[in-house]
Amino acid sequence: MQNGLLTIEHLTASFHISDRYYAAVDDVSLTVRPNEILAVVGESGSGKSALALSVMGLHTRARIEGSIRFEGQELTRLPAPKLNRLRGREMGMIFQDPMSALNPLMVIGDQIEEALVLHRSGMSKRERKAKVVELLAKVGIAEPEHAARRYPHELSGGMRQRVVIAIAVANEPKLLIADEPTTALDATIQLQILELIRKLKRDSGAGVILITHDVGIVAEMADRVAVMYAGQIVEIADIHTLLTAPGHPYTRSLLRSIPSADHPKSKLYVIQGVVPSLDRLPRQGCRFRSRIPWIGEGAHEDEPAMHEIAPGHFVRCTCYRHFYFPDEEGTRHGAS
Amino acid sequence: MALLEVRQLKVHFSGRGGWFSPKTRPVKAVDGIRFEIEEGQTYGLVGESGSGKTTAGRAIIGLLPITDGSVIFQGKDLAASSRKGTIRFNRDIQMVFQDPYSSLNPKKRLLDIVAEPLRNFDRLSAREEKRRVQELLEQVGLSPDAIYKYPHEFSGGQRQRIGIARAIALKPKLIIADEPVSALDLSVQAQVLNFMKDIQKELNLSYLLISHDLGIIRHMCDKIGIMYKGRYVEQGTADELFGNPQHIYTKRLLSAIPLLDPARRDERLRYREAVRQQYERDYARYFDAEGLAYPLKPVSGTHEAALPEKG
Repeated sequence: MQNGLLTIEHLTASFHISDRYYAAVDDVSLTVRPNEILAVVGESGSGKSALALSVMGLHTRARIEGSIRFEGQELTRLPAPKLNRLRGREMGMIFQDPMSALNPLMVIGDQIEEALVLHRSGMSKRERKAKVVELLAKVGIAEPEHAARRYPHELSGGMRQRVVIAIAVANEPKLLIADEPTTALDATIQLQILELIRKLKRDSGAGVILITHDVGIVAEMADRVAVMYAGQIVEIADIHTLLTAPGHPYTRSLLRSIPSADHPKSKLYVIQGVVPSLDRLPRQGCRFRSRIPWIGEGAHEDEPAMHEIAPGHFVRCTCYRHFYFPDEEGTRHGAS
Repeated sequence: MALLEVRQLKVHFSGRGGWFSPKTRPVKAVDGIRFEIEEGQTYGLVGESGSGKTTAGRAIIGLLPITDGSVIFQGKDLAASSRKGTIRFNRDIQMVFQDPYSSLNPKKRLLDIVAEPLRNFDRLSAREEKRRVQELLEQVGLSPDAIYKYPHEFSGGQRQRIGIARAIALKPKLIIADEPVSALDLSVQAQVLNFMKDIQKELNLSYLLISHDLGIIRHMCDKIGIMYKGRYVEQGTADELFGNPQHIYTKRLLSAIPLLDPARRDERLRYREAVRQQYERDYARYFDAEGLAYPLKPVSGTHEAALPEKG
C-alpha cells in the first residue's frame, strides 16, 4: 500500500501477566492514508485500544515488537524527547472519557494553551490566547472567550469532549487517533462530535484512526474498516464492502447480532462461546475456530494468513470460504 | 386491567441550597408521567441522560420516594405507602441493573447472591434454598455447580444472567431493567436480549425496559414512551413511534439512529440536517417557556404526542 501516512507492520504489543508475556496486539499490519477515516472495530479484549496506545507510544509497560512508521519515521525506536515532539503536534489523540483526560484544577483555556506552549514556541502569549478562542469556536463551543475561563466540571460531557478534541487538533495534527470518542455521550451529542471529527478530516486532510465497538458509528464514519478479534485483524475492507459483502465469519456474525430499528422483532444471532482471555488464547491456528464448531477443522488454515479476496479486501484464514450460519444448513447442504 | 398503571407520577427532589445559597427550586426529575404495562408485554422508556427515565424506574420499584401520583400494581396503589415514608418493596416487582460488574457483591458466592431475595421473602430450609438456586442458575443457562463460585469468575454476559436469576428468584410479574445490556459487548448483548425474551414467554413476565438505545427498544418493546426533561413527549406502540413519529423531539431522536448502509450515508446526513433545522426552528412551538413538553394529546387510539396547542 502506497501513500501511507502511518504504516504499521507486524506490530505485537505484549503484556506481562504473572509469569510471561502475552500479546494483546498480535502481528498487526495496517496503513492509514491521509484524508481517510480508518475504523478499527472490535469487542472488549480484541486489542483495539492497545493498538492505539502502542501507536502513540503510551504503553510504557508493554513489550512492543514490529514497526510503526509515521511519514517514514520509525516510532518504536524513537527516543522519548523526539516522540514527545511528535505527539501532540503531528499526532493527536482523543480519549474515551473526557473527564479523566482533562485536568480538573485548570481552566480549559489554559489546558488548550499548554498544547500550544509545548509545540509552538514561536507564538506570543497574545497569539496563543487568540488561538485558544479560535479553537474553541472551531469545535463549536458558544461564547469561546467566556468558556476558556471555565473548569471542566462546569461543562457538560459533550462540551468536555469538544475541549479534548480542541486540544488534540490544536497543532493541526496529520494523524488523529480517536478511541471511543462518543461512548459516554447521548445520541444527538454523539452525532455532533462525529460530525466535528468528519469536518476536521475534511478541512485538514488528516488521517484518522477511529476506534470503536459500535458498528453504527463505523457505518456512519469510516472510509475503510479493520475488524479485530482476539488481538488480530481478521478483516480489512472499504466500508461498503465490509457491510454489504463481509467475508470473515466473525464480521458476518457480528453484523447479524445487531438489534436493528429497520428489521425488528426477529431473533438476534448469538455467537457461541466467549472470547478467551489473553492468557488462555490459542496461539495456534484460527482464533475464531472455537466459536464456529460446526465448521469442519479442515476449513481452517494451520497458520491463518490474510488473503486478498478482492482488491483491498483482506480476510484472515480460509474458513470464510466454508462458513455458513447454523440456520442455513439446509440451504448450504453439501457445501464443503 | 393492566398489570401496572402509572398515573401522573411525579418525583421531585427538593433543591436544598449550599451554605451560602438560599433554597433553590425543586428539581422535577419526573413530572407527571402516565403509562400502563399489560401482562406479558414489554414497555420501553426512552430518553437521553437527564430525561428522568431511570428516576421513574427507581421510583416505581420503591428505591426513590414518590412525590405525587399513583403506581397501581395489580390493583393496589404502591405510591400511597411511599408518601407515608415507609419503604415498600413488592416481591412481584424486581430489578435488573445496568452494570453487571458493580451490581453483584464481589465477596458473596452465587448461592448467597441469588438466594438473597428468597431469604428476604420466603422461609426456605438450607436444602430447599440450595435446590432453588440451582434451578434458577439452570434456568439462566449456567451450571448448577456454580453456586459456590464468585462473580469475578464469570464473563459480563454471564454476570448479567446471574442478575436476572436473582431478579426472577421470587417469580415476579414485572421486571424493571435499566439499561440491562449497555455495559456488554455486541455479541453478548444479543445473547442477553434473546434470553430476556425467552424467559418472558416462559414465565409470562412483563418488562419495563429503560434504555437510550433505540435499536434495542425497537427489538424488545410492544409500547414505548419517550421522555424529555421529566415529561413525556410521545407514547405509542413501537410501530406507531417508529413509523409515524409526531413530535419533533421524537423525529430528531429517530434521525440519530445510525444507518448500516454506507450507500445512503449522504442522504442520511441531509435528512438529519433537515430534521435538526426543523427542530431548531420549531423548538419554541413544541416546548413551553421553560423548555418543557406540553401535555399529551391523542393522535390515535394508542398513540399520543405532546403537540403544541395549535396544529
